[in-house]
Amino acid sequence: MTSVTPELTPPAQSLAIESRSLTKRFGRQTAVNGIDLTVPRGSVFGFLGPNGSGKTTTIRMLLALSQATSGTITVLGQSMPAGLHEVLPRVGALVEGPAFYPFLSGAANLRRLDTADRHAPGQTRRARVHLALERVGLTHAADKKVQAYSLGMKQRLGIANALLLPRELLILDEPTNGLDPQGTREVRSLVRSLAAEGTTVFVSSHLLAEVEQMCTHAAVMSAGSIVAQGTLAALRAVGEARIRVRTPDTAGALRVLTHLGLEPTRAPLDDPDPNVVVAPLVGDSWLPEAIVTALVAGGVRIRGFAIEDPSLEERFVALTGEGFDVVQ
Amino acid sequence: MSSSDVRRGARPSVMPKRSSSGWSLLGSEISVLFRRRRTCAMLAAVALIPILLAVAVRLSSEALAPGEGPPFLDRVTQNGLFVGFTAMVVAIPLFLPLTIGVVAGDTIAGEAGLGTLRYLLVAPAGRVRLLLVKYAGAALFCLVATLTLTVSGAIIGAVLFPVGPVTLLSGDTISVSESLARSLLVASYVTVSLLGLSMIGLFISTLTDVPVGAMAATIVVSVVAQILDVIPQLSWLHPWLFSHYWLGFADLLRQPLDLGSFGQNAILQLCYLAIFGALAYSRFVTKDILS
Repeated sequence: MTSVTPELTPPAQSLAIESRSLTKRFGRQTAVNGIDLTVPRGSVFGFLGPNGSGKTTTIRMLLALSQATSGTITVLGQSMPAGLHEVLPRVGALVEGPAFYPFLSGAANLRRLDTADRHAPGQTRRARVHLALERVGLTHAADKKVQAYSLGMKQRLGIANALLLPRELLILDEPTNGLDPQGTREVRSLVRSLAAEGTTVFVSSHLLAEVEQMCTHAAVMSAGSIVAQGTLAALRAVGEARIRVRTPDTAGALRVLTHLGLEPTRAPLDDPDPNVVVAPLVGDSWLPEAIVTALVAGGVRIRGFAIEDPSLEERFVALTGEGFDVVQ
Repeated sequence: MSSSDVRRGARPSVMPKRSSSGWSLLGSEISVLFRRRRTCAMLAAVALIPILLAVAVRLSSEALAPGEGPPFLDRVTQNGLFVGFTAMVVAIPLFLPLTIGVVAGDTIAGEAGLGTLRYLLVAPAGRVRLLLVKYAGAALFCLVATLTLTVSGAIIGAVLFPVGPVTLLSGDTISVSESLARSLLVASYVTVSLLGLSMIGLFISTLTDVPVGAMAATIVVSVVAQILDVIPQLSWLHPWLFSHYWLGFADLLRQPLDLGSFGQNAILQLCYLAIFGALAYSRFVTKDILS
């Protein structure tokens, strides 16, 4: 009997980025080790991984800045780097931080980079630069020299450069680096509005919360390999929800919850609040309200009760074996 | 906000036609190069060479014996039109190669150092197109630098010294207007002389992400070539050195006009262009851009 393996990957034309066994070695060191990226069109794809896990090296290969040691890359249906002249005009990119001519103004920098693209019409250049600056909120600094820009402003200018033309795919490497919380929110809403227009957005980040808030899909890199990939919901489903009870009677709560057949524990030591008991919510065995009723009946004073969705953080830390910067 | 006409899922999207603005990168390169303060400062320094020279000669009371000092210097007091020629002789061995080293060494390495190289290539500028544009910019700088020196020399010479028909090296006399034409011919000779070094600089610039390193290396190459050129034991090598004909423009100051050295020089520079152009090309098109 032969078993038919279900077709797991969507057909190629519906993919914005696809890599097969993509590998990059620098001397004896393997920076990217045979990764198979599958980025569906129209998705907001989070490319997660600790610093140094090979994210930027992968992005450089996707954009034909550096050559793969082995493996194949397809971007927007065309093989890279062979099709770079057809592909790259349809791709906007922010690679490893913004980079500009410090002695030119923000607007002059964008015009300069725009001339490099032969497909960018010169007649609309000024208007497009103005529009891109407006979109990232830099109109007031358009004529300031970039050397006077803050890191956050340079980051915005870098994103504006990626938006000079309507793009089918945006590749943004750590787009919120150096931005304040307000700027981070703006980038998130910008990404959402671009995605709503149909642009595929590929965002690399070491910030888990960022990916959780704006992405539909994600891949997790660790030490040059992809350790998990799929929709965010699917990645999340592997984890389990849990309840969190805030109470001065932690001993009583532990007793009652154990009696219900759950496996409660005190909050981890690094939790700021010591009066917390958590327990995984296995399957649908108990309704939350029934747990609360049981706790109250057991004389436990409840000051707070919450159900926490499975956290990607724990899953990803388990996958990568390294901590993420989850704090923004 | 962006317009709502972005077609959702419209794919494969209509490839925008290649607009006729393929030249706009060259325009942008030239404007960035020449609006840079560093470039302006170098051109100002180039313009100062004939001025310093003319002022020094004007202020000194002693008349120079023929043959003392740089070539033509003794003639300056008799005819201001010689200021430009003398300044050119003074500037060719060191100062002009220095400025070329800075400009040509900065071409690719400077972009890599700033990080803008990756954005130019992702735009996509095209690696060959970028190399050509960068070289065109450096070559234009050679022309502008020599013209700056020539014009500055002509002006200061006319201001400080009498101007009249010029007696050439061959003893013939030519009119002021013809001597100005010869000045331009000398400027174009020197420009051509520097094209080989510019290409060497471009090649060195593709090897590194540190612009200062590429600039220094280019200048060192020019100095080494000139040192080799004065070692008699290496006379077999001399005709192949890119700096060999640098001072050969004296032939342009004879009557009848002798364009022989101009032609030899141009052929030699073309060889350097071909060799180092090919090296720069093969290095740059396969280079991993990691800056």
